[in-house]
Amino acid sequence: MTRASWIRLAVLGSAVALLEVTCRLGWVSRHAVIAPSEMVRGAWRALGQADVRRDMLLTLSTVAQSFVLAILVGFAIGVALHRMPRLRRALDPFLASYYAVPTFVFYPVFIVLFGLNRWPLVAIGFLFAVVAVAINTLDGLSRVPRAFLRTARAMKLSGAQTLARIVLPAAAPWLFTGAKFAVAYSFIGVIAGEFVQAGAGIGFAIAFAYNSFDSLTMYGLMILLFGIVGTINMTLWSYERRLYARRGGR
Amino acid sequence: MHGAADVEPVVTAEAPPGPRSTALADTTLVIIAFVAIWQLASWIIGRDILPAPVATLRRLGAIMADEDFSRHAWETGRAFGTALVIALLGGLAIGLALGAHRLSGEVAEPILVALYSIPKITLYPVILLLFGLGISAKIAFGVIHGIIPVAIFTMNAVRSLRGVYFRAAKAMRLSPLQTAATIIIPATIPEIVSGFRLGFALTLLGTLIGEMFASQRGIGYMLVKAMETNDVLTVMALALLLITLATIASAILLSLDRKLHKRALPT
Repeated sequence: MTRASWIRLAVLGSAVALLEVTCRLGWVSRHAVIAPSEMVRGAWRALGQADVRRDMLLTLSTVAQSFVLAILVGFAIGVALHRMPRLRRALDPFLASYYAVPTFVFYPVFIVLFGLNRWPLVAIGFLFAVVAVAINTLDGLSRVPRAFLRTARAMKLSGAQTLARIVLPAAAPWLFTGAKFAVAYSFIGVIAGEFVQAGAGIGFAIAFAYNSFDSLTMYGLMILLFGIVGTINMTLWSYERRLYARRGGR
Repeated sequence: MHGAADVEPVVTAEAPPGPRSTALADTTLVIIAFVAIWQLASWIIGRDILPAPVATLRRLGAIMADEDFSRHAWETGRAFGTALVIALLGGLAIGLALGAHRLSGEVAEPILVALYSIPKITLYPVILLLFGLGISAKIAFGVIHGIIPVAIFTMNAVRSLRGVYFRAAKAMRLSPLQTAATIIIPATIPEIVSGFRLGFALTLLGTLIGEMFASQRGIGYMLVKAMETNDVLTVMALALLLITLATIASAILLSLDRKLHKRALPT
């Protein structure tokens, strides 16, 4: 481990210790924040309950569905826009301001449209994620060096061969960036939706625990969720860094 | 611009430029096509589920004419404005400090990235318990969404500055504050504006989400109320309002962003 990682570990460790001490001494109301050791106890207890495990699996599978849909559709949009430069130019300002729009407001419309089941959640996660995939696909495709494509033509590669042997490998880091965002944004969309209106899932379970003043379960579920999402995101992030470093920066 | 894309999916490699007049016409065409698709979808799915554009506009007019609306809008505007100022200034300060001190930056970067990508909505019970119902909870919600991208952008911009700038500051015996104000900020202003653009969008999102949960006033509250009573027309009208405002604001910031990046000297 590098020096920075050690310092980071020390900083995080002392932050947790500080919170523990403040809570134990009663400096913050135990109705607001509970001690980290209590949070871990809550997480452990929650993990032992069958319905919590079911909620977690449900959330994960919803996220997976929205992720897969976002990847497929986003990639298709990216490729299509790459082929149509004029449409791309016209759409460019809208793509660039897409994330300024609180997409979230359409959640109620989806509920009316699909009914109160998992599909509105998939749809909102999808909407959050799909444009990031499309933008990064577009970005990757337009960064494939011209010389590569000329080489493909010189070697008389077919369209499919060019795609598989040249374009996709050259654009791979950007495609990966798109996938990384798709994971993070699917999680954000699905869990936000579960908070607002849903009958199951980990976001719903946290909101439920909050409404019934069960702070042990609430904080337990919260650190479980942050643990899972954080581990997935950070793994993707560090892999991505290596991917770009290998080709000498972005 | 190493690392900026860690948080930024939005700046695309710029599309090849075309003549300005056709670009404007194309954008208009896109808007017309969008409205046409909306109308068509409304016919197919049914007016009760997806209201048509004209009906939505009419409802929006009715909502805006209502005297309650200006109170709600003012409330949202005040919360968003305060949150935006805190997020931008706070993010700038954090980013400058972490960027100028390399080791601190290295220590903090993964933490910032992790914080950026977790679903922060999960923290709403904690925010509510700490701040109580009302405007401060909304502001806090906006700030936790907006401050991190501004900090990451600023940090990466300062990091990629050439060492000669810092050496010059040292030679002129500038204080840290002077160095920031007269050298670092002017040198990194294009990246700072990019960060502000993302910070603006996320602060708006955070403030609205905060209002949906933690408030009895504001546009987010109106949305949630309409949602609970299944009033799709009002939801669509408010969504249209928010989308239009957000897109216009973002377009202004985007053009400023691109202008500054074009003007900036290659480093």
